[in-house]
Amino acid sequence: MDTTGRPNPLFRNLSAKIAAIPMILTALVIFVGGTAWTVIYSFTSSKLLPKKLFEWTDVINIGDWSLSIPTGIVWKSFVGLQQYERLWNTNRWMVSIENLFIYGLCSLVLSFIIGFVLAALLDQKIRFENTFRTIILYPFALSFIVTGLVWQWLLNPDFGIQSVIRGMGFVGFTFDPLYSADIVIYGVLIAGLWQGTGLIMVLMLAGLRGIDQEIWKAARVDGIPAWKTYLFIVIPMMRPVFITTLVIIASGIVRIYDLIVAQTSGGPGISSEVPAKYVYDYMFQGQNLGQGFAASTMMLLAVAIVVIPWAYLEFGSRKRG
Amino acid sequence: MRKLASLFAATALTSVSAQAADLEVTHWWTSGGEAAAVAKFAEAFNASTDNTWVDGAIAGSGGTARPIIVSRIIGGDPMGAFQFNHGRQAEELIEAGLLRDMTAVAEAEGWTDIVNPPSLLDACTVDGKIYCAPVNIHSWQWLWLSNGAFEKAGLEVPTTWDEFVAAGPALREAGIQPLALGGQPWQSSGLFNVLIVALAGPDVLKSVYGDHDTDLAAGEEMARVFKAAADAREMAEGSAVQDWNQATNMVITDTAGGQVMGDWAQGEFAVAGETAGEDYSCLPGLGVNEVISTGGDAFYFPVVDDPEITAAQDELAKVLLSPETQVSFNLAKGSLPIRGDVNLDTANDCMKKGLEILAAGKTLPDVNMLNTEDTNNQLNDLFVEFFNDKSITPEAAQERFVSIIENAD
Repeated sequence: MDTTGRPNPLFRNLSAKIAAIPMILTALVIFVGGTAWTVIYSFTSSKLLPKKLFEWTDVINIGDWSLSIPTGIVWKSFVGLQQYERLWNTNRWMVSIENLFIYGLCSLVLSFIIGFVLAALLDQKIRFENTFRTIILYPFALSFIVTGLVWQWLLNPDFGIQSVIRGMGFVGFTFDPLYSADIVIYGVLIAGLWQGTGLIMVLMLAGLRGIDQEIWKAARVDGIPAWKTYLFIVIPMMRPVFITTLVIIASGIVRIYDLIVAQTSGGPGISSEVPAKYVYDYMFQGQNLGQGFAASTMMLLAVAIVVIPWAYLEFGSRKRG
Repeated sequence: MRKLASLFAATALTSVSAQAADLEVTHWWTSGGEAAAVAKFAEAFNASTDNTWVDGAIAGSGGTARPIIVSRIIGGDPMGAFQFNHGRQAEELIEAGLLRDMTAVAEAEGWTDIVNPPSLLDACTVDGKIYCAPVNIHSWQWLWLSNGAFEKAGLEVPTTWDEFVAAGPALREAGIQPLALGGQPWQSSGLFNVLIVALAGPDVLKSVYGDHDTDLAAGEEMARVFKAAADAREMAEGSAVQDWNQATNMVITDTAGGQVMGDWAQGEFAVAGETAGEDYSCLPGLGVNEVISTGGDAFYFPVVDDPEITAAQDELAKVLLSPETQVSFNLAKGSLPIRGDVNLDTANDCMKKGLEILAAGKTLPDVNMLNTEDTNNQLNDLFVEFFNDKSITPEAAQERFVSIIENAD
């Protein structure tokens, strides 16, 4: 009877499922477990070393069995939302959030626009396409640390762009974004875009190449101008590429840390601080794990607020359709 | 074959009788002068014991090295010994029982009698047990002035902070940056702490940071310090450098009038071939309140299972405090020795000033001994913002300062 019925879906592709167990365990223990641990310890007053959250008390032993049941707990280092209160009362954290917001928004919009325009230009069957593509993609081969240092020098008023242009005779020319608190984050943005746009361009180019040539021919027959074809036909068709690109850019934004460290170290003052740097500085330099955990939990929450509704829309609708 | 066997026997014999061990020593002394200084320790340790010094230098500053050291210790892979600034940085490692109690060595060597000032050993002591070996004294309270810069501006070299502030506008007119201040956060808070000691006195610093006296922190004396910090901010405007040694370099090249920096700046002047008194001047306690703080470096010894390494740790502790190594190390490092009974005739003028103040007992504990790293980090954030943003009034900064002190532990 059983053997003739439908096989249990749990045992389909059994060998593949067994092979995936180590990865599933890794993901559960390290990612989910580590995340949960971080969130829990963000409610403690842990300093250099994590402190115990609570202890069981009033343990009663039942009869002759060596079975003991705790009936109460004593909070050891549990401090409730104190770490979060301190976090949101810290000026540096607020500046960090603001910077991340400005950097993220500009980086997202500009990466998309510049990347797409470059890809569209390269797609015009130009000569030396390979050369241009290599040149534009090249900065992506550099780490953020190198990028940061290069742009720190380029934007240095004493021997960077400013001094070169002044040397040409424009004595009044001033361009020193890294030394002005109001615009320093845009100085970082320039470096970030320089490094990352090449990759976005290549992704977009791959997307454009994936569009059937017949569509272009059809558009031409109908007499639709090229820009309209891009805007109303090609771009909607490139949705999957856009989604991939969005995920890549967004993850790059949230974890931005090394570029800031190399380029400005958060300065001048605290005007180019970012959340990830706050987390690192308080966890390791400040020897205050609790505060660092609280900050990283807030980062997780911010990501979750963006990702969960999107994932719901994206994957929820696919099932229905 | 027999030869080989006897060779094995011989090596086995020597290694047993000598109890030699490779001792990995981790520190962050990597700049020219620092590396030369730590080499003195290694030489002395290799020469006077059978053990071998394995150098575990970590490039970067304490901020980079400390997390690496801590994670190695709590990760169960401790080194033989490591350097920290003594004070509260290692507090929790001691509480967690990860560091060795060195009281036996300290008693055998009579550290309580030789270490001067005694506050150094106090900073190593938790519950009556000694956990670290102090090796040098570094003080923060120095104003380094460029004699050349003042000459260019046609001014006398100031002898106090107030004269220096008064000379500020004239220096600026002469195209000289009055005060050089690097952009790293610890430099801003360091400058402020020096101003507390010089203008309000060492007792205020001790009460505010040591006892968290919020009334004092909100009081009139501290308000004066914040006003002075605003003056300093005015004078530091336009010094677009990051690292402390770049700022010192501005003083060396006469493009800046002065810099407030610890005595480690002296090494930079020495490397540049400048002479104290002729090319540059130094004012301990900003010329107002001649006291120096007795921070510095100390070596800690993690708990290890291997008895040979434990024995080597003891021997290293003895070597670090021996008179000969104290002299050779501190001359190379530009710091002051931790024992008063050694001879430092070859020290330069500024170092001698420091030694005199030390001998007179006009010392105070270092901020690292009073504050946790957490509090220091918050102060760094506050002052780096204050010194770079003129829109923050001294009053507003003081308010935030009080709330940090209030929540400090």
